Amino acid sequence: MRTTARRTALSLGTIVVTAGLLLTGCTSPGSSTTDKTTVSQADIDKALDTPTKLTFWTWVPDIENEVALFEKKYPKIDVEVVNVGNGADEYTKLRTALKAGKGAPDVAQIEYQYLSSFRLTDSLADLTPYGAADLSDEYVEWVWNQVQTEDGSVWAIPQDSGPLGNLYRSDILAQAGITEAPTTWAQYAEDAATIKAATGSYISNMPGNDPGQMVGLFWQAGAKPFGYDGDKTVKVDIASDETKKVVDYWNDLIQKDLVSVDPDFNDSFYQSLASGKYAGWVTAAWAPVFLQGTAANTSGKWTAAKIPQWNEGDDVSGNWGGSSDVVLKTSENPIAAYELAKFINNDPESTLKFATDQFLFPTKTDTLADPAFVDQEAEFYGGQKVNELFAGVSDTVDVSFEWLPFMDYVYSSYNETLGKAIADKTDLSTALQAWDDEVTAYAKKQGFTVE
Amino acid sequence: MAVLAASASAPPNSRRQRPPRQRSTQSTRRQTRAAYLLITPFLIVFVAMLIVPLFYSGYLSLFATQLIGGQEFVGLANYLQALTDPSFLGGLGRVGLFLLIQVPIMLVLALFFALALDSSRVRGSKAARLAIFVPYAVPGVVATLMWGYLYGNDFGPIAQTFRAIGIDAPNLLANDNILGSMMNIVTWEFVGYNMIIMYAALRTIPTELFDAAEVDGASEWRVAWSIKIPAIRPAIMLTVIFSIIGSFQLFNEPNLLYRLAPNVIGNDFTPNQYAYTVAFVNQDVPYAAAIAFLLGLVIMVVSYVVQLSTQRKENLS
Repeated sequence: MRTTARRTALSLGTIVVTAGLLLTGCTSPGSSTTDKTTVSQADIDKALDTPTKLTFWTWVPDIENEVALFEKKYPKIDVEVVNVGNGADEYTKLRTALKAGKGAPDVAQIEYQYLSSFRLTDSLADLTPYGAADLSDEYVEWVWNQVQTEDGSVWAIPQDSGPLGNLYRSDILAQAGITEAPTTWAQYAEDAATIKAATGSYISNMPGNDPGQMVGLFWQAGAKPFGYDGDKTVKVDIASDETKKVVDYWNDLIQKDLVSVDPDFNDSFYQSLASGKYAGWVTAAWAPVFLQGTAANTSGKWTAAKIPQWNEGDDVSGNWGGSSDVVLKTSENPIAAYELAKFINNDPESTLKFATDQFLFPTKTDTLADPAFVDQEAEFYGGQKVNELFAGVSDTVDVSFEWLPFMDYVYSSYNETLGKAIADKTDLSTALQAWDDEVTAYAKKQGFTVE
Repeated sequence: MAVLAASASAPPNSRRQRPPRQRSTQSTRRQTRAAYLLITPFLIVFVAMLIVPLFYSGYLSLFATQLIGGQEFVGLANYLQALTDPSFLGGLGRVGLFLLIQVPIMLVLALFFALALDSSRVRGSKAARLAIFVPYAVPGVVATLMWGYLYGNDFGPIAQTFRAIGIDAPNLLANDNILGSMMNIVTWEFVGYNMIIMYAALRTIPTELFDAAEVDGASEWRVAWSIKIPAIRPAIMLTVIFSIIGSFQLFNEPNLLYRLAPNVIGNDFTPNQYAYTVAFVNQDVPYAAAIAFLLGLVIMVVSYVVQLSTQRKENLS
């Protein structure tokens, strides 16, 4: 921007920004009525036998391999895979294309928590006419609830998920005399103190820039901070008893300097994982493989465990991350588009490939039970069957967790309130309330009825 | 373009004289037509890509948009809201401070380097010129990665040096230091750019002036102060104006440093960054347009005031 500005005449100073803004303001999306009529098998066969070109926006690396399986089965369909950016970058471009009325793909990858924001703008095709509802038994219950609304409509096909778990450095814990992973959060806090005193390492890091992780912990604690009825009513209950419990717990650890508060997923974070600054990481099912790449020098020293519980003897988890594939309403070939979204996330060969090649944590029950997946022994974790552990965790995730149709704002606001309090080590429960207030105010300003 | 076409028609040796007033009207007309023809492609792009969007944004900024309920005409309400918005005003304050501190440092350094290189006393001046200019050519992402490493609190060489000599390392990415750290990056990036502009201007000063100064026994410092700096004043003014715009428009550096210190930078560190957040995260395009317009207004006013005050000085001298 600075460079551009220097070349731009004085009076045109702000044009760079305003011109950019224009992109999002062009036309309103064309509205069309929901078509609930079922598509017949004959229509599907015909669509798949007609030469068709599909565009698929996704940021999964090497997804071309799974798409190739689809193209092999349906040679007349030609799929163009485009990576326009991860997460928020893609959504921004997607919204722009949808507003412009052209340029949107047929199929797109969208994380679960952002589905409702695209439903709000009426941008997603309801997949039930194509038979998506019949797939419900094939997926883990809580995951399916993420893509199906109460009225029975299905908006996406689940691709991967991230049930929470706990990865830790068994060598560092052993130095502190700890041989078993903590099973309760109370135990976890005690261990944190022991580890810090004995080794100087933090039991985990609690970043101030990762609302997804915090919301996952809320999820585990049984909180229901968000809700959306699909129309104009939202539920904002961010500062509830359950969330306060979570926040106060971490507040205590942060104040005692038993967990670090470094931003995650940057270079310094990776180095801290590799160097033993963190003795563990409260994380999700996609993390075991991720860690192998970032902390390769610590191979064999890690162990995976279930996440600590609030009540002794419980076995509940939350979720952090995961995506689904949607069909955009603007697609001119919705049948073929649906078949693509379904095939790559449903075909046994494709889903297993996702699980073992791209290390996407499966959402389909038969893949989660596939010996080729669960029996994998991870050398990085001293030969532990990590997939088997997390496959078990997947069943313990609370099945009804909802989102707001404007999670971009909710997460951005988190970074300014609760996240900032974490980074600055100020009182978290005040900040939790501030987050709640900001989100409530935004929802009202946007015309929602807030419950 | 028009100027070029007109001056090219005059005979070379009469360049200093005004062109004769009475000319064949037909040839003038033809030239005018040619000139307009030549600038047409530019004008089309200029109008389509700048003027139209500008007006469209201005139009948009008069509306309020809601996720539920769509757009509604609200007049200047967005502007009034921005004027009391702590995020916008805070950002303006930050870039204002940035302007007051960083720009003078950067320009004085640039001027010093330009004069040093021009004095031809520096050995290997070509290599030095390149070395100072290179940061400008480093892509922003690479620069941020590099500075992120240098500034890093755990593994950064600066922090490690401090620890090695037994002093508490300052966290260069903390609330109190981030603006200074950013000033440092921007200075590093743009000193070379400004230096090149000044250096180029210095090379155009007629050498007779220096010969005369030498005959009069003026020192190198005296020459720099009394001849060189006044002679390149327009170039310096240019860098000042560019820097004012650049400071107010600060976006890249905070946006890239965000990865390193997300909670410190936040989403409203500078007005531009805030406008971006409002448009693409909060999905409130009209309000973002209003912020952008207000920012443009501030830039215009500040630049105009700076220009005016230097013009007055010129008139006085």
